[in-house]
Amino acid sequence: MSLVSINNVHKYYGSNHVLKGINLEIGAGEVVSIIGRSGSGKSTLLRCINGLEAYSEGGVVVDQMEVVYDDRQIRKLSKSVGMVFQSFNLFPHLTVGQNIMLAPKLVRKLPESEAKVIAQEVLAKVGLAEKIDSYPAELSGGQQQRVAIARSLAMNPKVLLCDEITSALDPELVGEVLKVLEDLAAEGMTLILVTHEMNFARDVGDRVIFMHQGLVWEEGDSKTVLANPQTPELSKFINAVL
Amino acid sequence: MSVFSDWDILRNLLLAARWTVVLSLIAFAGGATVGLLLTMMQVSGRTLLVRFTRLYIELFQGTPLLMQLFLVFFGLSLMGLEVSAWFAAALALTLFSSAYLTEIWRGCIESIPRGQWEASRCLGLSYFEIMRHIILPQALKVAIAPTVGFSVQIVKGTALASIIGFVELTKAGTMLNNATFEPFKVFGMVALLYFLLCYPLSVASRKLERKLNVAR
Ligand SMILES: Nc1ncnc2c1ncn2[C@@H]1O[C@H](COP(=O)(O)OP(=O)(O)O)[C@@H](O)[C@H]1O
Ligand SMILES: [Mg+2]
Repeated sequence: MSLVSINNVHKYYGSNHVLKGINLEIGAGEVVSIIGRSGSGKSTLLRCINGLEAYSEGGVVVDQMEVVYDDRQIRKLSKSVGMVFQSFNLFPHLTVGQNIMLAPKLVRKLPESEAKVIAQEVLAKVGLAEKIDSYPAELSGGQQQRVAIARSLAMNPKVLLCDEITSALDPELVGEVLKVLEDLAAEGMTLILVTHEMNFARDVGDRVIFMHQGLVWEEGDSKTVLANPQTPELSKFINAVL
Repeated sequence: MSVFSDWDILRNLLLAARWTVVLSLIAFAGGATVGLLLTMMQVSGRTLLVRFTRLYIELFQGTPLLMQLFLVFFGLSLMGLEVSAWFAAALALTLFSSAYLTEIWRGCIESIPRGQWEASRCLGLSYFEIMRHIILPQALKVAIAPTVGFSVQIVKGTALASIIGFVELTKAGTMLNNATFEPFKVFGMVALLYFLLCYPLSVASRKLERKLNVAR
């Protein structure tokens, strides 16, 4: 059974038809890269998977939970779905440790001591164990994004959604973040990434989904799809980004 | 008629200034309490609450404080409620300052980037947890300087209470002037006392603004 199941999802912003019937099944442990031009609906699709955005029609089921745009359901979903953003969105008034421990304490109801152990674990995983008492502003962009990943991992999610998480980084900092993703993929974490990193999509990803005008235009095994695009739109897109 | 020495004038003004301070404190505390409630209503996103708050703010920002004072003082007594000048002044100033503080605080809360909300929601935090742990701590920092700045307006606003007969600094000045016929001296002292009350607040506000800006 698939971990994420998207059935005929439509999304309108006013009269703007942004998602035009998306169907996707994503299994546990898959690494799926969503590519496509700006405005094709990639972020919107991602945000419909964890209830950050309400879809207009269709259905999304994650980890056997129906995704509905409702505070209580989103709280429940947060234990299965994590999300990392392009702009990090760390809490600037809290230390790295506090950033990570907050949700485990409030949502998973863990005692301080257990939350602390988890914070140390996830920070070690992203290679930032020594930064637990730093504030976000004291870290580089790459480090901040790794903390944001660690913060999501602390909720022990089954799937991690990443929306262009390296796009805001200086080129020399992209590698360290991709490395963390690669490690997670190797551990069997399910990843759904909106990305422009074609090499990563091909080498680490299992599957590529090319979105165009609110539709899944092409999809399949990452190496095959990227090597042999079947549509002129995808060929054009690949040529443009490479 | 008795003869007032300069010291007598200053002493009487200082005594009256106590009531300016007390009235300011009450108006600030009242305004902050009501303002906090209104701010929460306004950022709740509930259409009805937002509209009500909007109307409240427009009403109090769009009319002179003096008219609000008159309406409270004379309006309540027309309705059969005999209120003291004290009560009327405190109430009118509370309503007035709550409207302005709400506007200031709403701005501060809305200045916190949307990404903070989104990240918190993805982590499963509830609306109140997000407010309590993420938004308010950051907004508070932004709010301190303009809030202290606005307190200067409250102190000066209390002068209007003199018109309905409340004896604070301005009213005492008027009375002393009537007794001494030395307007320049008396009102000079009154102005100086207001300045001594307000100046530290302005300086504090500016210092806080600079300090809190650097901290982030
Ligand atoms: N909050 C919103 N309100 C209105 N329109 C939006 C909103 N978010 C996205 N859109 C529109 O939806 C379309 C798809 O946007 P998005 O999913 O962000 O695309 P992508 O991530 O592929 O660049 C765009 O036309 C965009 O203008
Ligand atoms: Mg996007």
